[in-house]
Amino acid sequence: MLEVCDLSAAYGGPDVLSGVSLEVKAGETVAVLGANTAGKTTLLRAISGLVPKARGHIAFEGTALLGRPAHAIPDLGIGHVPEGRHVFPRMSTLDNLLMGAFCHRDARDLTERIERVFKLFPRVKERQTQMAGLMSGGEQQMISIGRALMGTPKLLLLDEPSHGLAPLVVDELHVAIGEINRQGVSVLLVEQNAMLALSVAHRGYVLEAGHVVLSGTSDELSADPGVRRAYLGI
Amino acid sequence: MFQALVDGILLGGVYGVIATGLSLVFGVLGVVNFAHAEFLMLGMYVAWFAWRWLGLDPMLGSVLSFIVVFAVGYLVQRTLIERVLKAPPAAQVFLTVGLLIVIENAALMAFGSEFRSVSVPYQVEGYRLGDIFIGAPYLYAFIAAIILAAVLWLYLERSWTGRAIRAVAQDPMASTLVGVDTRRTYALAFGLGVALTAFGGAVILPYITVSPTVGGQFVVLMFTVVVLGGLGSVAGALAGGIVVGVVQSMSTLVFPIQLQNLCLFVIFIAVLALRPQGLIKGA
Repeated sequence: MLEVCDLSAAYGGPDVLSGVSLEVKAGETVAVLGANTAGKTTLLRAISGLVPKARGHIAFEGTALLGRPAHAIPDLGIGHVPEGRHVFPRMSTLDNLLMGAFCHRDARDLTERIERVFKLFPRVKERQTQMAGLMSGGEQQMISIGRALMGTPKLLLLDEPSHGLAPLVVDELHVAIGEINRQGVSVLLVEQNAMLALSVAHRGYVLEAGHVVLSGTSDELSADPGVRRAYLGI
Repeated sequence: MFQALVDGILLGGVYGVIATGLSLVFGVLGVVNFAHAEFLMLGMYVAWFAWRWLGLDPMLGSVLSFIVVFAVGYLVQRTLIERVLKAPPAAQVFLTVGLLIVIENAALMAFGSEFRSVSVPYQVEGYRLGDIFIGAPYLYAFIAAIILAAVLWLYLERSWTGRAIRAVAQDPMASTLVGVDTRRTYALAFGLGVALTAFGGAVILPYITVSPTVGGQFVVLMFTVVVLGGLGSVAGALAGGIVVGVVQSMSTLVFPIQLQNLCLFVIFIAVLALRPQGLIKGA
């Protein structure tokens, strides 16, 4: 479904990613693990067309993504939940969700899509008229994920969804990500919280200083002594 | 006293719409457009020619002003302003001040320096409400301004592209990620901003003459309104407009008419010094 081949990227300085190749198959949840500066966020941003200097090859369902304007990518079926949530702060929760439907704004199933998000995150429903900027981090994360789902993506890119959230909320999100995947959406999950990532993902890649250094099924990675030491703290 | 209040509100409503355009441009693009009042002048000329050649009343000509200046603004954004969106503020100031000079002098060349005015049947008519006299051109301009403000509000709140304009103002990156073309949206917002101001220029044509330098009369006024309402706030600009209109009109009760802009300056400086975030909280 998503194929990344020999991807390198830089923001004007040295390469943040060099020669990264990975793959997400239909229906899979794939985790990308790595330390803070490993290039995980850049990888997702390059897929979404936000890194103008990315080189290599990215294909989504056979369509080449590099060189395509970023605003044309959601329409292909890719939803992106950016690091730091990025909700529209001075808009109501409902308007935030509606913005997510911008690329698929045919009104026919709009209410259905909103209901689906409300079912996944009942708390978002309770707060639908509130300004998103005034809500808690966990609620904003739910809005951000809900907003991406409003575009009916086939592939969801999740960038550090658990970052800075209370453990209880993290569990809630964890369940939601599993549910989204069961509804047929493939997920590419970037996480510092490796334990969480490997517990929801089928497979994973380990990124270090812009290179893929290890890949395997979640069970294999959980059992790997290097991963255990570096990312699981065991 | 009441007369001055009513006069001020009628003037202020139009000031509000004129300044809303400036506020919208700043709120969405983050650029302070010093050339903004020149688009008011362009709007007035479009309405004047529409009256002269097509016999259109400026109240209807204002729609034409809106459309023409929108197109001009869209192009100016795509060809010029877009290049300095991420540049340091100094570059933005140079560009918009340069634009001001170019537009003003181009207008001088094209239209000459004479003052032009329209004559419409209701120019000296009015309505009497007890002791208060309401001039028809002021009333009609006010009504047109309020209608446009309401349409703008509905557009920004309810339509897909209006919502996208607000989204881009708040978070351009997240807007891109949901499929909004930010370049197009910036051009739309700039076009809309100058078109609103042009519309405001057109509807005051029955009581203000147009010349290539008419923008100069409105620059300080516009910035005062926007600063009062909080830069970037549409609702604030409208409220700020009415406050400025009332202050201007009331000040003539106390001071000679030549000093009415002095009061504006004093308020402008006081607000900047004491409450730079604007008087209206969270608007």
